[in-house]
Amino acid sequence: MFEAIAFYTFSAITIVMFWITVTSKNALYAMSALAAGMIMISGFFFLLDADFLGVVQIIVYTGAVMALYAFGMMFFDTTRDVKERVRAPKLVFLLSGMTALVLVIALVAPILGDHIEALYPMKEGIENPQAVGIVLFTKYLVPFEVAAVMLLVAMIAGIVLAGKKMDESLTLKVEDEFTQKGAQ
Amino acid sequence: MITLSHYLVLSAVLFAIGLVGVYRRKNLLMLLFSTEILLNAANIGFAAISKFYGDLTGQMFAFFIVAVAASEVAVGLGLMIVWYKRRGTLDIDSMQSMHG
Repeated sequence: MFEAIAFYTFSAITIVMFWITVTSKNALYAMSALAAGMIMISGFFFLLDADFLGVVQIIVYTGAVMALYAFGMMFFDTTRDVKERVRAPKLVFLLSGMTALVLVIALVAPILGDHIEALYPMKEGIENPQAVGIVLFTKYLVPFEVAAVMLLVAMIAGIVLAGKKMDESLTLKVEDEFTQKGAQ
Repeated sequence: MITLSHYLVLSAVLFAIGLVGVYRRKNLLMLLFSTEILLNAANIGFAAISKFYGDLTGQMFAFFIVAVAASEVAVGLGLMIVWYKRRGTLDIDSMQSMHG
C-alpha cells in the first residue's frame, strides 16, 4: 500500500520535473528541476532495496554533478532566456516516442521470454551495501579499476580544458583570427 | 502492488522525455541535461530488474553508469567552456564549421 503511494508520488514528481527540464527556456530553472528529479529518483532506489545506489545517486548526481553544472554556468550567460529554433515539433515527439517504444520492446522481449537467470543472486541476511561490496570487489574488480582510471582521465581533461588556454586553437581558426595572425 | 512492469514503464516514460529533450534542444547545456535524464531512466530500469530478479548485476551496471555520467559531465563542461570562450554562444547551429 505505502509502496504504491510512494511509487506514484515519486513518479509523478519525477516526470513533471524532467518535463520542466526539457521544456524550460531558463537554464537555471532547468538545472533546479533536474536536481529535484534526481533526488526523487533516489527515492525509487530506496524503494527497490538498493540503498547504496540511492545514496550514491544523491551524493554523485545532486551533489557533484549539479554543483559542477552550477559552477560551469558561471561561465555562461544564464540570465537570458535560451533562444531555440525548433523545426517540426510534432516530428520530434513522434520520433522520440517511437524510439522509446522500440527500446522498451527490445528490452522487455527477453524478460517476457523468461530467459533471465540471476548470475549473482542476493544472499539472505546480507545488507545491500555489504552485498554490493562483495560483488563489486570480486566479480567486477577490473571494471571498477577501469572506471577509476576513467574518472582520473576525466578529471585531468576537465582541468586542462577549463584551465589552460585551450580556446586558442591552432587547428580550428575563426576567420578574424586568421587575419589577425596574418597581419603580424 | 507495484510490479516490474510499473518500473519499466516509468523508465520508458522518462527515457522518452529525455529523447524529446535531445531531439528538440538546440542549446548545448540543455542537451547535456537531457542526456542526464536518459542515463537516469536507464538506471531505474537496471535497479528494478536487479530487485525483481534477485540479481546484483543490475545495480553494478547502475554504478558504472553513474561513474560514466560523472566523467561525461566533467569533460563535456570543459569542452563547453572552451566553445563559449571561442564563439560566445552555445547554440548547436553555430557548430557547422564543416559545410558539406
